Amino acid sequence: MIGLLEQYWPLLLEGFINTLIVSIIALLSSLIIGTIMGMLQLSANKIVRTIVNIYVEFFRNIPLLITVMFFYVVVPMYWMNISGFAAGIIGLTIYTSSFIADNIRAGILTVPAGQMEAALSQGMKQIQVMRYVILPQAIRIVLPPLGNQFINLVKNSSVLAMVTGLDLMYYGDFVAMETFNTFDTYILVGLIYLVITLPLTFATRKLEAKLGVNDN
Amino acid sequence: MKSIKRIALGIGLLFFTFIMTGCGEAAADVDIAERIDEQETPILNWGVKADTNLFGYYNIESGEVEGFDIDIAKALTEEMTNGTGEAKFVEVTSKTRIPLLKNGKIDGIIATMTISEERKKEVDFSDVYFNGGQSLLVPEDSEINDIEDLTEDHTILAIKGSSSTQNMRELAPQVNVLDLENYGEGFVALQSGQGDALTTDSAILLGMIDTNPDYRLAGSNFTDEPYGIAINKGQENFLDRLEKALETIQGNGVYDEIYDKWFGEILPADSPNTASTSTTGAANNAPENEGESGDNQ
Repeated sequence: MIGLLEQYWPLLLEGFINTLIVSIIALLSSLIIGTIMGMLQLSANKIVRTIVNIYVEFFRNIPLLITVMFFYVVVPMYWMNISGFAAGIIGLTIYTSSFIADNIRAGILTVPAGQMEAALSQGMKQIQVMRYVILPQAIRIVLPPLGNQFINLVKNSSVLAMVTGLDLMYYGDFVAMETFNTFDTYILVGLIYLVITLPLTFATRKLEAKLGVNDN
Repeated sequence: MKSIKRIALGIGLLFFTFIMTGCGEAAADVDIAERIDEQETPILNWGVKADTNLFGYYNIESGEVEGFDIDIAKALTEEMTNGTGEAKFVEVTSKTRIPLLKNGKIDGIIATMTISEERKKEVDFSDVYFNGGQSLLVPEDSEINDIEDLTEDHTILAIKGSSSTQNMRELAPQVNVLDLENYGEGFVALQSGQGDALTTDSAILLGMIDTNPDYRLAGSNFTDEPYGIAINKGQENFLDRLEKALETIQGNGVYDEIYDKWFGEILPADSPNTASTSTTGAANNAPENEGESGDNQ
């Protein structure tokens, strides 16, 4: 295994960096899109609610690979050229944001409706109520499931290997094929994924402690 | 309570190590030739492709895998077991076939596998059963007409773990090579413009042209890729029988029949590019020599 690392570290390093880039971009964009979608799912406007619900339920319930393949194969065929790397980021963002939207929606619902009414009666605008009253409470509920989504996101990024996304798994496949040492290669690749996911786990734990998630 | 947990953990770990190291080798250690003799209806498990037109392709209507490799495997099984045996097929990819062979899930690989020095370190190969060669598949209106036309602006699509991807990197190092999972995905990626050409064995590319006439081969084959049947190392008796069976069917017309069935129209045995390895008379006097000289290199 050490030998593999010695011989192929430039490739694996490039894969690691690409996986890291994909994870960070997809994590941030899916958090933003997911939060907006989650709030819109509770919108008073029925049309908005329906559209967002369709988005969430559709992408949450089809395999990630299909979404990514769509952007890798179908979109370039009819609209515009996007690389496997970009297709992977777009697919991951859409997929993860639909899960995050659902978590956020559930988190908001745990805050009693009376608080919203009370804040509105004090003259606050709806967006202000969200920002200052509802979301600070909801985030404490939502943080643990969000942490799960982020870890899943990092692992799901291995789907890029299927669409020439040049990520860690793609180069892992390459090394495994070239050396025929399937076992050691994938164990090594698994360990490298831990280098990303474990710190992420600890960071979420820290944040949970800081926001007092467990001492209600 | 605590000690029970510890014991359970210990057993779990032991079991895990056992799976990781022991099992696979034990299954692959059985002498297959002996197994054929002992069993009344010996079953041979062949690893075949299921995504490769003409060689091994899953036919939805019949629910079975069909192709040149399948028919050769059936003929070899019959020959090796004097007609008493049965050939079973396990779907493999370029990526899974060697691991599956090593852990004993399959007895042999007939899956468009090119004989190479590197692979010979891992497995034993039979004689050549098909003379393949690598080529480029491009859209009809492409400006690429030969491997020489490739520049660093071109992206070539290849298949993960295949020798064609390694050849491409060696023969045209200036080109950007991207690897896909299988031929189907490779072709779809070519269609959607993710690359300028798809490279793999010409016979497989011809299979694609067969169903998609908007594509063509760019120039002739630029490598010799003899296909062989791979089996585990240490199976000398089985290899011996395999070689004999292959020789027999190449000489008695069975091979010719199978070849004509699959390649008669697109790559006839009497064409200068024939891939047949038959040793029978008429059809392959001149072309046969050409094919053979390719193997000896």
